[in-house]
Amino acid sequence: MILLTRKADFSAAHFYWNDAWSEEENARVFGKCANRQGHGHNYTLEVTVAGDIDPVTGFVVDLKQLKDIMEREVVSVYDHRHLNHEVPEFKTMVPTTENIAIAIWRRLDGKIPNAKLHRVRVYEMPTLFADFYGEGA
Amino acid sequence: MSPIAHLSRRYSFSASHRLHVDAISPEANRATFGKCNNSFGHGHNYMAQVTFSGHVDSATGMVTNLADLDAFSRREVLDLFDVANLNTLECFRDLTPTTENLSVELWRIYSQYPHARLERIRVEETGNNSFDYFGEGAPAAHEE
Repeated sequence: MILLTRKADFSAAHFYWNDAWSEEENARVFGKCANRQGHGHNYTLEVTVAGDIDPVTGFVVDLKQLKDIMEREVVSVYDHRHLNHEVPEFKTMVPTTENIAIAIWRRLDGKIPNAKLHRVRVYEMPTLFADFYGEGA
Repeated sequence: MSPIAHLSRRYSFSASHRLHVDAISPEANRATFGKCNNSFGHGHNYMAQVTFSGHVDSATGMVTNLADLDAFSRREVLDLFDVANLNTLECFRDLTPTTENLSVELWRIYSQYPHARLERIRVEETGNNSFDYFGEGAPAAHEE
């Protein structure tokens, strides 16, 4: 078994808000991230898959195929979008780095042939990132 | 139960140190620590990467509020270590301020952070040296 990691970038806008709370409570908990005009980041996504090396190709997965899956399932949906307004899962989840990692896991899990999703890492900036290892991890 | 995620935050600080042990001779210090033993010390831009795990709160979407973590880091770590001489600090009075020992000290400090479970301390001393500490009793082998 070997781990393989592929990166992709996307740039998106977001803000933090919980509809169940007052404006004051949102401002207290989320600070300037609660500004409803939103703000943006250059995100870096790292997808790590685990699998066995195919004795013929020497691949765990075909990297081009993994790149295409990440593009189709994540980057084409998130890139240059406002996560709160344009990405369906963030109608009900605050688009924090933690939740973005979970949402990306759910988008990719089970879609990568011959390999098991091992970790989704999302960098919101070089000094902040979240890792998700699956629902039961 | 909500899912568990890991959150990592990186903090930089600049500090000086000198690797020297009083119990051994000047020659032995020189042999052991090389130029790190130079009398007046030297400095690094350190990067401390702290990783916490916890259930992602369904109301906030967070393992822990970064404002709390940043305030804790400012108060408990950066105010102490940034632009300081590590050898003069209480925690290194009887301990060589190697980055290994610094990692263990940061573990001691961050393990008192009340809002999430500390998983790992990584300290990068330079772009080429980094040290990971997973707490006392943690298995030596770890993924990554």
